Amino acid sequence: MEAVRHLTKGNGMTDLTLPTERQQPLDPPQELAGLRKEDPVQRLRYPDGHLGWLVTGYAEARAVLADPRFSNRPELAHAPIPERLVQQRAQMTLPPGFFLRMDAPEHTRYRRLLTGQFTVRRMKELEPRVAEITAERLDAMERSGPPAELVADFALPIPSLVICELLGVPYEDRERFQRDSAVLVSLESSIEDLAAAVTDLLAFLRALIERKRAEPGGDLLSGLVAGGELDDEELSGVALLLLIAGHETTANMLALGTYALLGDPAQLAIVRDEPEAVDGAVEELLRYLSIIHLGPTRTALEDVELGGHRIAEGEALTLSVPAANRDPSRFDSPDRLDLRREAHGHLSFGHGIHQCLGQQLARIEMRIAYPALLRRFPGLRLAVPEGEVPMRTDMSIYGVHRLPVTW
Amino acid sequence: MKVSGDTTVCIGAGMCVLTAPDLFDQSEEEGTVVVLVAEVPAGLEGAAKRAVQLCPSGAISINP
Repeated sequence: MEAVRHLTKGNGMTDLTLPTERQQPLDPPQELAGLRKEDPVQRLRYPDGHLGWLVTGYAEARAVLADPRFSNRPELAHAPIPERLVQQRAQMTLPPGFFLRMDAPEHTRYRRLLTGQFTVRRMKELEPRVAEITAERLDAMERSGPPAELVADFALPIPSLVICELLGVPYEDRERFQRDSAVLVSLESSIEDLAAAVTDLLAFLRALIERKRAEPGGDLLSGLVAGGELDDEELSGVALLLLIAGHETTANMLALGTYALLGDPAQLAIVRDEPEAVDGAVEELLRYLSIIHLGPTRTALEDVELGGHRIAEGEALTLSVPAANRDPSRFDSPDRLDLRREAHGHLSFGHGIHQCLGQQLARIEMRIAYPALLRRFPGLRLAVPEGEVPMRTDMSIYGVHRLPVTW
Repeated sequence: MKVSGDTTVCIGAGMCVLTAPDLFDQSEEEGTVVVLVAEVPAGLEGAAKRAVQLCPSGAISINP
């Protein structure tokens, strides 16, 4: 019935477009809460004219992500905001190993080659090295500060160093791949910018794959090359995905999470002083911050019932992770950052077959880095007024562009 | 209560190991689910249920 009502609005067409404007930097756009309350599955007008859906409810978003009748293939997709059109077009040009935008069984073949490398046990083995890298960054901050710029000095280098070591990518080349990676998630990049960044990254990775073939190391990329199951094009696609994913995610969680904690001293003290509370605190920060803020999207491969609506074959769905993670039917007082709550089950790593491959690595990085930072600098505070921290509203992954801090 | 894991649908996310490490492990090669104890010991029923809920691919199930 809800769908009918929306369809009859103004000339039989819905006027709803995806709300993106935040009133508070750490809260999703207010309008989303109203939409979720009204109907967690709503008609949405896409910038290309397509009439699809917006999913803001937790149960409904989870159901979509778990259902193979909803496809993740980019050629079927419709972008929910104009800026994403360009990104989506660029994704169609990516080499075959970029398995994020594939359905089973193609997706399964690539993912299976990697899951053994990202198990809970393997990631736990990395803990001492992550702790060492974290301590080195803190030492460097202590030597050159205060003040410091937390993104460049801490939040980005930790995951960047870790993923480089894991993949076998020389960290010395970081300027090149960090720049390209940032272009790929910027909503302001033109199609030419994106094409140039993809071309450059792939050239870099192809050369690296050649080197791994000639002089294999103990790293993940060498292992994939030696395994012989993927051709060079596929290898470069896989490497591209892992490199971008390793850079643009944990880095934003570390910086945005620190920003959130600095604004809430009682919660900050939990992370700093209660080691046994840290694992749960990380889950809550993941839920509360929901940095994947403009999607994901899916397309129905056949007619599917969802939340009392019939989603027709070919129709696109945009799932708002920030809205789903703040659904009061799943989380009590969802707009409150409560590090002691049971936040497991949040959708920040997704759900279904595409759930984040690197999530156990991300957890370890955050569980080590947040408390280490807060313990090293108990007097850590913003070095600029709160309102002057530049937020990543212009990026497909939310966070802060810079976080000037002092202690 | 018994638990079972289906390696053909498992995607190796590791949520079961994270939630109930006494019940589940991941294989070295593919990272897919390995059931350590099929008969859930007393006191771990809650963890088993939570692991089923959190599994992203529906690979684990509980049989009474």
